[in-house]
Amino acid sequence: MTDLKNRYDLAVIGAGPAGLAAATLAAKRGVSTVLLDEQAAPGGQIYRAVTQTPVRNPSVLGTDYWHGADLVGPFRDSGAEYLPSSTVWSVSRSLEIGLSREGAARILPARHIILATGALERPFPIPGWTLPGVMGAGAAQILLKTSGLVASGNVVLAGTGPLLWLLAWQYLRAGARIDTILDTTPRENWRQAMPHMTTFLRSGYIGKGLKLLLEVRRKVKVIDNVTSLRAEGDGRVQSVLFRRGDGAEQRIPADTLLLHQGVIPNINLANATGCAQAWDETQRCWVPTVDAWGATSVEGVSIAGDGAGIGGALAAEHRGRLAALDALHRLGRMDRAQRDREAAPHREALEKAERGRVFLDTLYRPGKDFRVPQDDTIVCRCEEVTAGQVRDAVKLGVSGPNQTKSFLRCGMGPCQGRLCGPTVVEVIADARGVSPAEVGYYRLRPPVKPITLAELASLPKREDEIAAVAPH
Amino acid sequence: MFQRLPNASGERVSFTIDGRPAEALAGDSVAAALIANGVQTCRSTPVSGAPRAPYCMMGVCFDCLVTIDAVGNQQGCQVRVRPGMRVETQNGKREIER
Amino acid sequence: MPMPQPDVIVVGGGLHGCSAALHLSMRGVKVLVLEKDHIGRHASGVNAGGVRQLGRHVAEVPLTVASMALWHGIRDLVDDDCGFESHGQVKVAENEAELASCQARADQLRALGFTHEEVVDQAELRRLVPAIAEHCVGALMSRRDGAAIPYRTTFAFKRKAESLGARFLEGVTVGRIVRNGKAWTVETADGARHSAPVLVNCAGAWADRIAAQMGEPVPLEVIAPMLMITARMPPFIKPVVGAAGRTLSFKQFPNGTVLIGGGLLGRAYRDENWTDLDFANVTTNARTVWDLFPIMRGATIVRSWAGIEARMPDEIPVIGPSSTEEGVFHAFGFSAHGFQLGPIVGRITADLITKGGTDLPIDPFRIQRFRQTAAAA
Repeated sequence: MTDLKNRYDLAVIGAGPAGLAAATLAAKRGVSTVLLDEQAAPGGQIYRAVTQTPVRNPSVLGTDYWHGADLVGPFRDSGAEYLPSSTVWSVSRSLEIGLSREGAARILPARHIILATGALERPFPIPGWTLPGVMGAGAAQILLKTSGLVASGNVVLAGTGPLLWLLAWQYLRAGARIDTILDTTPRENWRQAMPHMTTFLRSGYIGKGLKLLLEVRRKVKVIDNVTSLRAEGDGRVQSVLFRRGDGAEQRIPADTLLLHQGVIPNINLANATGCAQAWDETQRCWVPTVDAWGATSVEGVSIAGDGAGIGGALAAEHRGRLAALDALHRLGRMDRAQRDREAAPHREALEKAERGRVFLDTLYRPGKDFRVPQDDTIVCRCEEVTAGQVRDAVKLGVSGPNQTKSFLRCGMGPCQGRLCGPTVVEVIADARGVSPAEVGYYRLRPPVKPITLAELASLPKREDEIAAVAPH
Repeated sequence: MFQRLPNASGERVSFTIDGRPAEALAGDSVAAALIANGVQTCRSTPVSGAPRAPYCMMGVCFDCLVTIDAVGNQQGCQVRVRPGMRVETQNGKREIER
Repeated sequence: MPMPQPDVIVVGGGLHGCSAALHLSMRGVKVLVLEKDHIGRHASGVNAGGVRQLGRHVAEVPLTVASMALWHGIRDLVDDDCGFESHGQVKVAENEAELASCQARADQLRALGFTHEEVVDQAELRRLVPAIAEHCVGALMSRRDGAAIPYRTTFAFKRKAESLGARFLEGVTVGRIVRNGKAWTVETADGARHSAPVLVNCAGAWADRIAAQMGEPVPLEVIAPMLMITARMPPFIKPVVGAAGRTLSFKQFPNGTVLIGGGLLGRAYRDENWTDLDFANVTTNARTVWDLFPIMRGATIVRSWAGIEARMPDEIPVIGPSSTEEGVFHAFGFSAHGFQLGPIVGRITADLITKGGTDLPIDPFRIQRFRQTAAAA
């Protein structure tokens, strides 16, 4: 890594649509820019493997997916530096990035940082969700995109949200079989979503989305109003037990169970950097607090894309460009008036891309029983802590996630709360009878991704630390 | 249980899983390669010994931890399979003997 | 309906505040603890958990020995084993010079009547710590030492005190403290007022502010000791290990994770409840681990953090009555090694309040020592 600059003007973290668009715009204006990404190829998750997927028939993954390729070309031509296979484990308030690459670590300073780390699937804690063979629908989508792998045998999809239907549609296009879709969309959500229907009908989602939904429903058995789920099996999933409404339990065989109930911002890096965050009641998740340009509470750090609130891939792209324009302004390359002028078309595109979101967010908000699970359900997969254990701790007076973490080890595992945080907060809030906003969230610290001692030991030395380490 | 789509093509990569020879496509992550080779469990948990397999495929769940070329606790979904790579599943509970 | 006036107000809900509350409650004293965040939020909840007699400042030795007796019966004291495990602590000597100074230390303590520290040779060290690097020649050891879980311990003291009648208010920041005749009135940020005849200052990294209000300012430094913890590893050490010649400690928990730390510092911002980690410093720790434990080369760090702690210039705490005001007592400034002393210092504080004195020698910890220094300057 000796050919890297000592300091970049702009560092963008995450090579999904927001990161690609931001880095492209800034670099084209002559700002020294580096794009850092964990994966070996650009695209983030939504456009995962867009430059190298073995699934070359474009009608399988769909045109929305292939739009990702349109972002990569301009990025490669922009003059930005690209560092794939690089894991960022820390961003400090003084804008130093700790990253690892090829077994060595490095501290990389920047004058401005845009976090574009996107989203992850909302945890879907049901009894048995830790069994091999149970995975996220997003995970199945990644296996399809990167490796052309599809689930076989008895395949059951369960949950709610656009990605579930998109995956089902992609599977059908690929010739894969889906036995059943268990739709957990709560009935009452329709009533709550109705007021937002007219805006939704004017949005970009309605045309494609409806077509896709109807095609899947025509070809796959869909069971609506599923109110409970349990994955069963010995050593791996073998069947799924579910209930429709208040009805009797039914059991269906499953070799693979794909769960999905929406995506939520991936906030670990922002949180560990000290960016303020707030509870969003509509999206029912924690969201970093940002202004209209993506600027956070930490000077010099902005967030673009789903990491600052779920808006989808196109919205992420436009937010990336807005964040880049603001970075240019903050770096002194553009005055405010020019920034605002140049932002106008991106704002307009953003507004259009976000139209209809509220309808989708409301319709697909997961039901309470899938956010606040029963006692015997594991909520912390890493440390195998159940919802019941969290509730018992709350009864003892352990009143927040940081305390339950210290008390139960819940949240102390390698995932750093990514898969348990939202659930733990909701379980505590429900047990205490307060809002999740009042309960708060984990206080995260770097490294936000594990780092080996070998990597840490390889960080370049400074004079004072030579003195500190020498035996005395 | 996962199958490769018939027209998913690419360069083949030879590697080993727990000492057994296996094949993957260039571009597969180690986790994907294990799934393609029918490996159902890639580790058992240190807490209870429960079997686990990849869950998120994007580096956030840490259930796909495997040993790669003798270095343990690596996220299989974040590492691309390379020719000659030695992948070992991490089964077995670890507990301090008293 | 208003609560009855407490006998004692304790400022600070860390381990020392909770321990004082417990020992006082055991004697029927009505205690109110005022904590600005939540119990065990700061140093008490996030330290390395070392339950250590080994290597302490000579002034602390009588206290540490008395406290260790309490630790070995902790379940009886607080109805919880606090995760306490005792496999000893060792301070490794990497060469003959270091081993000689270990011997000198053991001799010094023996001359004072304390036998808990002994020197072990290379063979014994290898037996106790098989994974230690080959070049290590021996160690200073305290066999009854060990480690516990800091948050769980603090919380257990709190719960037991509460069961005996102590009251704890969390999220309540102490502001002005005013004397009202024989009582103290404490104003808190939520606009409330609490009164009691006796005040105990266990405010940790903020204790200098309480002391200043009493007219006895102290040169307290706010520090952020850093720690890091690994993913689970195969079991390879039982004693807690430190190094004579380096700032380091580490311990492996029953679940296999290894906690690494020891005197390396981040930066604390005490009014923001925030600490910055300094990864250059963490790198330093990483290399030391390497040199002492080759098996750790395969370790992955999954988390790092730094608490907010108080350090006094002479690295020993302030314990004892106020030098300026009646009815005020201090227990703060534990300089990153207060955890093991928690059980005994609460007892000392209760002794001072209920009996007017204590059997343990606390003169070296008097708050006046800073005034003397200031006067001499």
